[in-house]
Amino acid sequence: MSVIPEASGSAYAGGHDTQRAAPRQSLQRLLDSFLLVAALVVVWQLVYWKSEVAITGPIETVKTAIELLSSDIFWGHALASGRAFGLSLIMSSVGGVAIGLALGAHRFSGAVAAPILTALYTIPKVTLYPMVLLIFGLGISAKVAFGVMHGIIPVVIFTMDAVRNMNPVLIKTARVFKLSPTETAFKILIPAVLPEIVTGLRVGFSLTLLGVVIGEMFASQQGLGFMIINGMNVHNVRSLTAVVLLLVLFAVTSGTLLLAIERRMQHTQR
Amino acid sequence: MKRVTLVRLCVIAGSVLAVEALCRFGVISRLTLLPPSEMAAYLVRLLVSGEINQAMLQTFSNVAIAFVLAIVLGFVVGAVIHAIPRLRRACDQFLASYYSIPIFVFYPLFVSLLGLNRWPLIMIGFLFAITAMVIATLNGLDRVPPVLLKLARVHRMSRSAEALRIVLPATGPYLFTGVKLALAYSFIGILAGEFILSGGGLGYAIAYAYDAFDNRTMYALMLFVLVVVTAINSALFIWEQRLLQRRGRG
Repeated sequence: MSVIPEASGSAYAGGHDTQRAAPRQSLQRLLDSFLLVAALVVVWQLVYWKSEVAITGPIETVKTAIELLSSDIFWGHALASGRAFGLSLIMSSVGGVAIGLALGAHRFSGAVAAPILTALYTIPKVTLYPMVLLIFGLGISAKVAFGVMHGIIPVVIFTMDAVRNMNPVLIKTARVFKLSPTETAFKILIPAVLPEIVTGLRVGFSLTLLGVVIGEMFASQQGLGFMIINGMNVHNVRSLTAVVLLLVLFAVTSGTLLLAIERRMQHTQR
Repeated sequence: MKRVTLVRLCVIAGSVLAVEALCRFGVISRLTLLPPSEMAAYLVRLLVSGEINQAMLQTFSNVAIAFVLAIVLGFVVGAVIHAIPRLRRACDQFLASYYSIPIFVFYPLFVSLLGLNRWPLIMIGFLFAITAMVIATLNGLDRVPPVLLKLARVHRMSRSAEALRIVLPATGPYLFTGVKLALAYSFIGILAGEFILSGGGLGYAIAYAYDAFDNRTMYALMLFVLVVVTAINSALFIWEQRLLQRRGRG
């Protein structure tokens, strides 16, 4: 049983959800997603009518978002966030997979580390942000570090669990062929646990994004998180809502894409 | 004690001691990090003086309310989504990317909807926690062994009897995972909300101490939060292991 809830996306990849769905079924699925989005937009509109001071309506927000997308100021902030996010994501992925493979392959270390990792996963890391700021200083490195703190742990946990639950014959094969640790990692372990690595990367992706944005919301002068917190402080509701919309769209699109990749992999593997 | 546990304790103690040594010998400057022993000593003083009682009460009561709401409603929502497969499929991708949305950004909205009181913050903790519970409920309901459902049919159980006597016990471990995570996420949501946005509670006290360059208070409070959350989580973890063992034997 996984300690990480977001993982469950993969859990029901099999089951009743067959891959070669008839065209009509996939059409229905598209319709259902559309209906859900429509329902969310209706809720949004209702909330807007209830409190016009704190949020802008859907149509106005989309207009503002389009304006933002053609403004230099927005792209300056978006690039700042993008750079921090990209760096954190690379570090969480590469570092997470490497640590996960090592801990998974060495059973005893894995057993020692597992509860520690779970504990690290569940602590409220936001409260540690001041420490990160003191260590790394104000600027991009603190944001990157904070993003990595959020993103790396799920990647490690997923990779480690997958290697520990791998068919032992594969590891024995590596030993029979006298493969070096690097060769074992690249030729045996990674191909064998690729679907789980992708699940870990999907969760890591979400949390890295969250970490970077939170980092920007506190003691930062740049980035989308800063735009949001600044919008709150100077009561610029229009830009605030539009930035949130763009951020949510980015998160959901990437999440959907990664989920699709993950499911395709599981189908080809099983 | 098992060897794994022993080594684990040594690893943790070793890391704390290493940090302590690095701080004491001045490798890490006092402006950056305080020695853990000093943090602990100052924390004890804070606790005894009662200065942080108000903040503690506020944070813990908010977490408790958010947590209870999240597990009850999360279970109900999960059951409803599971009962409607089409809704379920449409929800998948949103559940998959839910946790990358910084829910704190809705704080001003909640303030304008619910008023400037404790509820906007509880709402943030609740929204953070409920999804974990929904996903855990879905996970559990997906994994009820079909043979048990057949058994219910063989015994001609009523729907309510089937739900109470078959489905609920079978999903138990998954629901427990959900409860555990909901608690962790309530803490994360409330503390983060206090830290970035609100004007009270432990999270705010940490941010305030940071702004005032009061490293002693800041690190003492951080230590406190980490110890409390880790202690609660470990207690739940141990309890869960016991339950699982008993199930295995029964």
